[in-house]
Amino acid sequence: MTTRIVILGGGTGGTIAANRLRRLLRAKEAEIVVVDQDDRHVYQPGLLFVPFGLADPEELCRSRRAQLHDGIELLDCGIDHVELDASSVRLSDGRDLAYDILVVASGAVLVPEETDGLTGAGWGDVVHTFYSLEGAAALATALERFRGGRLVVNVVDMPIKCPVAPLEFCFLADWYFREREIRDRVELTYVTPLDGAFTKPVASRALAGLLDEKGVRLVTEFNTGTVDGAGGRLVSYDDREIPFDLAVVVPIHGGAPFVGASPGLGDELGFVPVDERTLQSKVRPNVFAIGDAAGVPTSKAGSVTHFEGEVLVENIRRRLAGEPLDASFDGHANCFIETGFGKALLIDFNYDTEPLPGHFPAGVGLPLLRESRFNHLGKLMFQWIYWHSLLPGRAIPGLGSAMPEHGKRHVEAP
Amino acid sequence: MPTATYADRTVEVNDEGFFVDPAQWTEEMAPEIAEAEGISQLSEDHWRVIKLMRAEYAEKGSGPSVRALGKTSGVSVKELYQLFPKGPAKLAAKIAGIPKPRGCI
Ligand SMILES: Cc1cc2nc3c(=O)[nH]c(=O)nc-3n(C[C@H](O)[C@H](O)[C@H](O)COP(=O)(O)OP(=O)(O)OC[C@H]3O[C@@H](n4cnc5c(N)ncnc54)[C@H](O)[C@@H]3O)c2cc1C
Repeated sequence: MTTRIVILGGGTGGTIAANRLRRLLRAKEAEIVVVDQDDRHVYQPGLLFVPFGLADPEELCRSRRAQLHDGIELLDCGIDHVELDASSVRLSDGRDLAYDILVVASGAVLVPEETDGLTGAGWGDVVHTFYSLEGAAALATALERFRGGRLVVNVVDMPIKCPVAPLEFCFLADWYFREREIRDRVELTYVTPLDGAFTKPVASRALAGLLDEKGVRLVTEFNTGTVDGAGGRLVSYDDREIPFDLAVVVPIHGGAPFVGASPGLGDELGFVPVDERTLQSKVRPNVFAIGDAAGVPTSKAGSVTHFEGEVLVENIRRRLAGEPLDASFDGHANCFIETGFGKALLIDFNYDTEPLPGHFPAGVGLPLLRESRFNHLGKLMFQWIYWHSLLPGRAIPGLGSAMPEHGKRHVEAP
Repeated sequence: MPTATYADRTVEVNDEGFFVDPAQWTEEMAPEIAEAEGISQLSEDHWRVIKLMRAEYAEKGSGPSVRALGKTSGVSVKELYQLFPKGPAKLAAKIAGIPKPRGCI
């Protein structure tokens, strides 16, 4: 009997896992089935550019099926829940799909309803988000109409996908309003629940410096309780208020709802607890998770998902061969941070090492934690790499799964 | 390493006042830590959260986030802010004698 590997979700992680597994395992060794609810694969990092008219929503979408290699089955169907005891997935059309190995790659979903008022009056009018394709497109129209006033960018709570994206939004907004020659009429404010611009001290200091340079006010430790669209204000749980004319909100994220509906599979937020080094579920040895769905203490990012892919696939091979797992995932994340005016910053970090200055991937390479045109080109190139190298599961030259130490300068945190 | 004295016992804390070793904590210390943070009386709801913080820490190696607390403690996020003003996850962790929650990246 052939082994059946079922992959839930055909986004970044599901596609990488399926393609890598298909190359590794012969057809008669394993059947690979991917389940996704639609056939629209969105290049999510591109969403950041849509509100500023720098990317066309249509061009960020491709067919999921076309990204999957031959010999991979794609079921175009919703997922209802997983029955861990029966090693079976109940699909939303009522069918049961049995598995030998399960990979949860269902990402994170936005849950704006969890914040008081967020989807109430003003939602889609003076309150927007760029974290979905539709949201980003609507925000493009709203920004175009914006003639001046208070623009507030708010992260409601962590974790979120790509935690640097809202900062990039601020940098680009500064650039955008300067281009339109109305920057002096726009007051930009970044409101975060964190105690600094970012989570890690050295990068946080650098990013706070950039906000300041670009005239973006930084409000920290603000835990948004209510978004009052009609009254034009954010209200925190400790009753602080921030008035706005236009709010760009990154809503609360949770795991896919079916995770919560699957007894034992997820944590309270719907993410799947896995060993942070092997990506194997903490409750079942034949279940793994990759990407935003995985409850591991690193960023929810495409680059992380890519690095996880290598370890995940090797561990599935080992599990099938009865060998001990490879505990080598180090939490590696690598993010370009668009800073406007054709420049970008690059940060590279893992579970143990925070983002440091220096060069990537070695002494000669892209400058780390410093604005440069090369990094901006790197960010643009990432889209090509995404469709042509990352999703097919090819190794990217010079970019292994483990974080490179060479070229980094260790500095004192403030 | 800085120390603090609660219920007549000296314990190790970090620069921000969080316990370094949760095993040094006893229930008698909680009211004193709370007092120093401006909470004069620990109610039943406070205790429910404190106990949950310790149980979560013992199980997972980190205290829960505010949102996770809101889902598991039976106390809503809004009430959590009333019980532990400014930052429920951080403040409750401090009073429960566990390290500062790792938070998210
Ligand atoms: C605005 C923005 C900017 C970003 N910028 C960057 C960046 O610059 N660099 C970077 O590295 N990363 C960036 N990211 C993050 C990156 O896009 C994600 O981390 C990555 O796509 C995660 O992949 P995934 O496979 O875990 O999830 P996804 O790619 O989201 O895939 C999850 C899939 O599961 C499917 N699914 C979920 N539930 C069900 C169900 N019940 N039934 C059937 N199917 C289901 C969904 O349809 C989806 O296709 C950004 C994200 C956003 C939103």
